[in-house]
Amino acid sequence: MPSTPLQLTAKDFKSDQEVRWCPGCGDYSILASMQRFLPELGIPREKIVFISGIGCSSRFPYYLNTYGMHSIHGRAPAIATGLSVSRPDLQTWVITGDGDALSIGGNHLIHALRRNVNLKILLFNNKIYGLTKGQYSPTSEVGKITKSTPSGSADYPFNPISLALGAEASFVARTIDSDNKHLTSVLRAAAEHQGSAFVEIYQNCNIFNDNAFEVLKDNETRDNYLIRLEHGEPLKFGKDSQFSVTHPAGSFGLTVEESPTAEALVHDAHQEDPAYAFALSRLAGPDLRYTPIGIFRSITRPSYDEIVRGQVARAKEKAAGNSPEADLTALLNSGDTWTIL
Amino acid sequence: MTTPKHVQQLDRVVIRFAGDSGDGMQLTGDRFTSETAQLGNDISTLPNFPAEIRAPAGTLPGVSSFQVAFADYDILTPGDAPNVLVAMNPAALKANLAELRKGATIIVNTDEFSKRNLQKVGYETNPLEDDSLAGYDVHQVGLTSMTVGALEGHPVSKKDAERAKNMFALGLLSWLYSRPYESTMTFLERKFAARPELVAANKAAFSAGWSFGETTEGFAVRYEVAPAHMRPGNYRNITGNTALALGLVAAGVRSKLPVFLGAYPITPASDILHELSKHKKLGVTTVQAEDEIAAIGVALGAAYGGALGVTTTSGPGVALKGETISLAVALELPLVIVDVQRAGPSTGLPTKTEQADLNMALFGRHGEAPVAIVAPQSPADCFYAALEACRIAITYRTPVILLSDGYVANGSEPWLLPEVSDLPDLQTTFAEGPNGEDGKFYPYLRDPQTLARPWAVPGVAGLEHRIGGLEKADKTGDISYDPANHDFMVRTRAARIEAIDVPDIEVEDPSETANVLVLGWGSTYGPIGAAARALRQRGLNVAQAHLRHLNPLPKNLGEVLKSYDKVVIPEMNLGQLAHVIRARYLIDVVAYNQVRGMPFTSSQLESMLEEVIKNA
Repeated sequence: MPSTPLQLTAKDFKSDQEVRWCPGCGDYSILASMQRFLPELGIPREKIVFISGIGCSSRFPYYLNTYGMHSIHGRAPAIATGLSVSRPDLQTWVITGDGDALSIGGNHLIHALRRNVNLKILLFNNKIYGLTKGQYSPTSEVGKITKSTPSGSADYPFNPISLALGAEASFVARTIDSDNKHLTSVLRAAAEHQGSAFVEIYQNCNIFNDNAFEVLKDNETRDNYLIRLEHGEPLKFGKDSQFSVTHPAGSFGLTVEESPTAEALVHDAHQEDPAYAFALSRLAGPDLRYTPIGIFRSITRPSYDEIVRGQVARAKEKAAGNSPEADLTALLNSGDTWTIL
Repeated sequence: MTTPKHVQQLDRVVIRFAGDSGDGMQLTGDRFTSETAQLGNDISTLPNFPAEIRAPAGTLPGVSSFQVAFADYDILTPGDAPNVLVAMNPAALKANLAELRKGATIIVNTDEFSKRNLQKVGYETNPLEDDSLAGYDVHQVGLTSMTVGALEGHPVSKKDAERAKNMFALGLLSWLYSRPYESTMTFLERKFAARPELVAANKAAFSAGWSFGETTEGFAVRYEVAPAHMRPGNYRNITGNTALALGLVAAGVRSKLPVFLGAYPITPASDILHELSKHKKLGVTTVQAEDEIAAIGVALGAAYGGALGVTTTSGPGVALKGETISLAVALELPLVIVDVQRAGPSTGLPTKTEQADLNMALFGRHGEAPVAIVAPQSPADCFYAALEACRIAITYRTPVILLSDGYVANGSEPWLLPEVSDLPDLQTTFAEGPNGEDGKFYPYLRDPQTLARPWAVPGVAGLEHRIGGLEKADKTGDISYDPANHDFMVRTRAARIEAIDVPDIEVEDPSETANVLVLGWGSTYGPIGAAARALRQRGLNVAQAHLRHLNPLPKNLGEVLKSYDKVVIPEMNLGQLAHVIRARYLIDVVAYNQVRGMPFTSSQLESMLEEVIKNA
């Protein structure tokens, strides 16, 4: 992080545009958290770029007083890749949703992650299509009854965390729209990560899929449903810390044991092998019981940006001393040439 | 290597090397071309190969050929009918014989004329033994066995020895046409640097072929083609794809912008990606993206950041990129989209040429989304067309489609190398501060001359702004649903393309009395030019004009077209430019169309034009 003593506040990151999400939308709280968090980075506004695709979430860049592009459906990771690789001085964020990132843009998302492009990718997951008015999404549960699926959807959903891990993502985290503190801590970690940082944000669509994550927010239920991942801390949770995440002998997966004596695994987000993080991502059932939030995985791998720019920089170093015009002249005159007098 | 044989002077020769896909015919043709270039002849080449990497050996679909025309005067095409066919197997003979005129020379590799190989291509009797080749000057040479014989004692496998037969053939042809062979020797040393035994074997095969020509009684005459009278300077032989790539590199140097290519491999455009990936020291970054859409996405993202964004593809890729091109139209950012056209629809004929993407380039997007279109007319011209596409993109902040095609992309010709300082200066400026009279920054406030908006790249304090695909209010760029604003913005985006400064079209008519004008665009320049030249030599008058800019069209085009009794438009499509000209200028042009995956021959255009002239 640059140590410039910038005196920016949340207000500095508010654009002059009227916010046009539905009243009560979870996007408001994410936007507010982001605007409060950005000054903390110490990065001047002009060095921050938000690139989005299409959908409710993708209006996000219009409301931040940074540089921004509201692009086309699903393509934000590709466009952001071009910007990030060519402009290392910028911090590039991608704002996307479950339809934008996992349906129409699924290909770009997985390839950005495997390349480890230096992008902070925030996927607002509300498990529904909002802007097209209420069709099921690739994260909707099987049997979801919507306008386009009056008999219930036949599609099996993606688990975005599992997908990102399968795509070789080097940083994978999940947080919740309404938990400002947690959301901010995850944004902070994502911003610090070199390479692709993938963050799934459970976001409530109060119009078309209200209360989809209510059990994770309700005071009565949340402690027994949520597993807060902290690197180096035992995976114990529940109102009375009565639950432990354990690794049963001979099993490939993890399980939750309700026993005060069970030996809980200690969370290690830095494991090279993604199998552990993947197993964590499979803990939650369809009723959201045992949903881990926090950082599943954070490993160090050279970013695509660094590798690509490094190749160009080394080639330029070798040519040091020559002007581009001289190099171009030599290039044009290379190969078998002949002279007509 | 002197020879006592009779030497005959020729002014122009067309040779076609044909063989199996694995016989190395492209390489052989390339080498012969390079030797010929060294001699100072004018050259034009036409590679023709199947899409399959190795089609079943010895079959008709597996035939790969390379045609080279060279002359002691300036030539415009690789020639219609070869004077010489080198046929490495029965399939190569069968696939190419119909295009030879009687009297042409055929050199066949008799070793491949086995019963089985003859059957594979449907020859019931051996054409070398019946009279089906009567009237041709047939030379039966055991190319494979003589190569293997010549390499006896060389420490190479039988397979490697057999593979050197293309060098034997090259040696023979190099002798027959008195070509200098030093460049081929150097080439072999480079190509097989890691395996000296192959350098020696291939050189020996070449020499054996040369000596065979010298000693055999079969070739009584040796030919020479004197150097052409070409403009003084340094030359190299260049394919369209390489020239196009170098044009992009040159545009980067002349604009002082880093070139950023996003590409997904596709025939026949991949060679541009290959070439550009070699030029990192000139600041070129290449990204092989996950698909065509991502390829243009990364290019657009880089353009947003201030790079010279380029994506290279062929027709199917342009179809996939359509939505992003529309975004670039709305964002008003510079972007170059190279479409090396191939025969469609769908996968079509991936290695064969066509000009059928003009409609897509002009109209293939949702909404009113006009872009500029530029087309090169010859392989070397791809260099200048690329510079022109970049000039328009940078100056007018617009996507530009560069419509090359398989014919100019893979064909080659000598290129008079330019001085870098003579190339157009493409330097531009980024927005550095507020542009409004009120001291604010307006991302969509336009330059009154070019109608271009500022190129405001991220990183400049005080100019933070948001852009996107939603309709923007004039000047501010804020989201706007206002009907009058949309109408204004649509018309303004159209007007800024129409306002692009393109040179007037020039007409070539030495007689100044022609009643018929032949209008072309893109790669048909060569065959049309050769046909026009042939007609004039026969005393028939024809005017020729060729479009480099397809959008906007030159301002004087309507006036020029209306001054002729008849306008003929030959195209390798079903009349796409003809359609545009009729609609725009209300002129009932004569459309002459062919979609055979191959360029027009100049002779077919000559007879077609002759008919039109006689009936005009």
